[in-house]
Amino acid sequence: MTPLLTTKGLSRNFGGLRAVDNVDFALMPGEIRAVIGPNGAGKTTFVSLVSGRIQPSSGMIVFDGADVTGLPAYVRVRRGIAYTFQITSIFANLSAYDNVALPAQRTLSDGRSKGAVKAGVMAALERTGLAERAHTLAGQLSYGHQRLLEVAMGLALKPRLLILDEPTQGLADSEIDNFIALVREIAASATVLLIEHNMPVVMQLADRITVFNAGRILAEGTPEQVRENAAVQEAYLGTAP
Amino acid sequence: MSEASPAKAYGLHLGVIALLFGLSFVLPDYYHGLLARIMVLAVFAMGYNMLFGYVGLLSLGHAMFFGAGLYGAGLAIIQLGWSVPAAFAAGLACGVVLSAIIGLLALRTTGVAFMIVTMMFAQVFYLLILYFAAWTGGDQGQVVPQPARVLTFGATVLDLTNPTVRYMSALALFSVALLITLAIVRSRYGRVLVAIRENEERTKMLGFDTFSNKLSAVVISGTICAASGAAYALLFGYVGSSFASVQYSILPLLWVLLGGAATTLGPLIGTLFMYYVIDITSGYTSAYLLIVGVALILLVLFFPKGILGTIRQRWLGWLP
Amino acid sequence: MHFGPHLLLATLEGLVTSAVLALTALGLSLVFGVMRVVNVAHGEFFMLGAVLAWAISTAVSGHPALGFLAALVIAPLIVGAIALVAERLVLRRLNYNPEATIVATIGMLYIIQQLALTFYGPEARPVEPPFSYRILLPWFGYSGYKLSIIAASALLLTATWLVLTRTRIGLIMRATQYDAETAQAFGIPVGRVYGGVFALGAMLAAIAAVLIVPISQAHYLMGQDPLLLSFIVVIIGGLGSLRGTVVAAVLIGLSDGIISMFFSPTLAKIIATLVVAMVLVFRPQGLFGTASR
Repeated sequence: MTPLLTTKGLSRNFGGLRAVDNVDFALMPGEIRAVIGPNGAGKTTFVSLVSGRIQPSSGMIVFDGADVTGLPAYVRVRRGIAYTFQITSIFANLSAYDNVALPAQRTLSDGRSKGAVKAGVMAALERTGLAERAHTLAGQLSYGHQRLLEVAMGLALKPRLLILDEPTQGLADSEIDNFIALVREIAASATVLLIEHNMPVVMQLADRITVFNAGRILAEGTPEQVRENAAVQEAYLGTAP
Repeated sequence: MSEASPAKAYGLHLGVIALLFGLSFVLPDYYHGLLARIMVLAVFAMGYNMLFGYVGLLSLGHAMFFGAGLYGAGLAIIQLGWSVPAAFAAGLACGVVLSAIIGLLALRTTGVAFMIVTMMFAQVFYLLILYFAAWTGGDQGQVVPQPARVLTFGATVLDLTNPTVRYMSALALFSVALLITLAIVRSRYGRVLVAIRENEERTKMLGFDTFSNKLSAVVISGTICAASGAAYALLFGYVGSSFASVQYSILPLLWVLLGGAATTLGPLIGTLFMYYVIDITSGYTSAYLLIVGVALILLVLFFPKGILGTIRQRWLGWLP
Repeated sequence: MHFGPHLLLATLEGLVTSAVLALTALGLSLVFGVMRVVNVAHGEFFMLGAVLAWAISTAVSGHPALGFLAALVIAPLIVGAIALVAERLVLRRLNYNPEATIVATIGMLYIIQQLALTFYGPEARPVEPPFSYRILLPWFGYSGYKLSIIAASALLLTATWLVLTRTRIGLIMRATQYDAETAQAFGIPVGRVYGGVFALGAMLAAIAAVLIVPISQAHYLMGQDPLLLSFIVVIIGGLGSLRGTVVAAVLIGLSDGIISMFFSPTLAKIIATLVVAMVLVFRPQGLFGTASR
């Protein structure tokens, strides 16, 4: 099987700082991959490079067999790379419906009717449990619902790769359980790349885990392998076991 | 916004058009002429609102688009002897070309820089009119000769200097612009424009090419303003550089702020209201600029959503 | 006159323009740098300074220097007070939102201009210079007063620079410019800093106007050109950079005269405006500035 996403020698400098340093990375289709690491390890910079929000200093990104390194972000989204923001970034003054209609109308727009958009929007809202709140202004939703709306917008893009940047941040425990179930469901139709600090969530969800430290990949493997890895423990705890 | 009650929205707009039609038969001469002028200028405000209200791009240079239509149509008749429809088309074409060029350049900037850049391009346009005074008439302006301002359809000859013909032509232009605006605002394209206003970065990450959406909005906005300018030249028969001065970039902003940005009927209400205020106060003072200045400050301070914007927020959520 | 002396004369005249321009543009630049407010009414504060200078100097009898000195002190103070009131009543209530403040300062422009027309009238009126000593050069005589404008401007610019870089007030202003929220958290009264900076910006424009009015004239529309030129200087020099502002003012001041000598004034304005617009489009950090944070 060929990987859905690969990066080769991917680097990004901010001034003198190498936020992402020569990263070779591969992601198989259908996988749920978690990216973990201490603060400032370069995780968000790495996924921003993949989604095209920032340009790499050097290196190459291949998605679905094609070099996408030079493509602007919106073209990558159209090719199937969806990104949900770490800081909730919904359209606060539009209704939840309109928030989801924006991505839905683009993915469904090939000569289809208004009814198709409506069906697509409602499907995404139902999967995230927001259907009853379709006509509430997004800014008036609770924080947990705003995070879900963010995911619904990602779903409506019909992505092949869904990048979730710290999706459970600020969620209550009960909401987290629902969220885990939702990500499992999404993974049935898309590959998921997940940045997450909450280790129980990572351990439950991830097929494989990639550990970042100081802009480089420190370790990679199944949850068990990573848990046993001495280098990972050192990076997190500052001491060798 | 775009889901609720299409019938209600279209009904309201057709009602407004019908009301304006009816007013033609009851208004005294003075107000009849004034309303015709207001309708043409309201189209200018509608074009401005398209960009400022819906996309959130505040231009301080829209006088150049009005001026492009005004001079495009006016000079086509005065210098080239074209017919009325051809001159109107020339005005529109000037608007399309100019707004495409300005859009390509100015959209590389954002926020305050966009405001200053548009103001400077408009200033260049204004100075060019003065520089080529031999052709444009400079700050004296030129009169579009009355015999040229007729529309001929076979045997029917419509004299645009006749008050009723002028009023109905202004109303026709206004109605077309209003219904086009309404259709755009309610379309998927309109939803993308609003999304860009609310959060451009997020809109990009939903897969939209925000630059070309903004560029097309600049062209649509500029073309509507040019249509207003071209109609002004043809209906009122005067082409002058003051219409391209910075003051005519500020006025549509004032009208739109007053009536309510991002409302389809706000530009008409703002233009009407401002003319009404100037009309009453002209009895007491000639300090017309003072009123404009005070109105601008009071609006941004206490009434940033304008008349219709406030009504929509408090009572009529479905208003487009 | 030969080319050399001619060039010297043009350079001197250009330096006088530069001196006045640097002060005016510095006011605009400070207000933008610290408050992120584009003050479109800046040219009107300049005009007010000139009009008040005429009013004050005609009210003071005796030697012209007395009236001029009174104007030099009092006119900027009045203009500063007006600016402070406008800042308190309008800009602060708008939370310094960049777009709302532009619209509001456009409103101020119209109000100040109309009030000047109503109370001062449409005439252009001169102010007598404080002294009329002429310096005799081998080729021509030159007004000592004009040279003193250059000196005064240089003095004021140096003083402003020292205040900004060497004093506690300057430190507070720079801290506010860098990050208003953090400055607030460290106990800096950001609201008062903003009020002070806006008044100071207007006062610099007023001082520049008082200096220039003996060699030009006071008129209610005289604020337009300084506003446009200050915009040009601030944009070319890099928004919010003091050194860039001074360099650009000298450059624009010197070249303004020379361009006008070869082209018609309208064409010169067209070219200058177009060039500046293109600088903003393609090099928004200015020709001398570095990219802002």
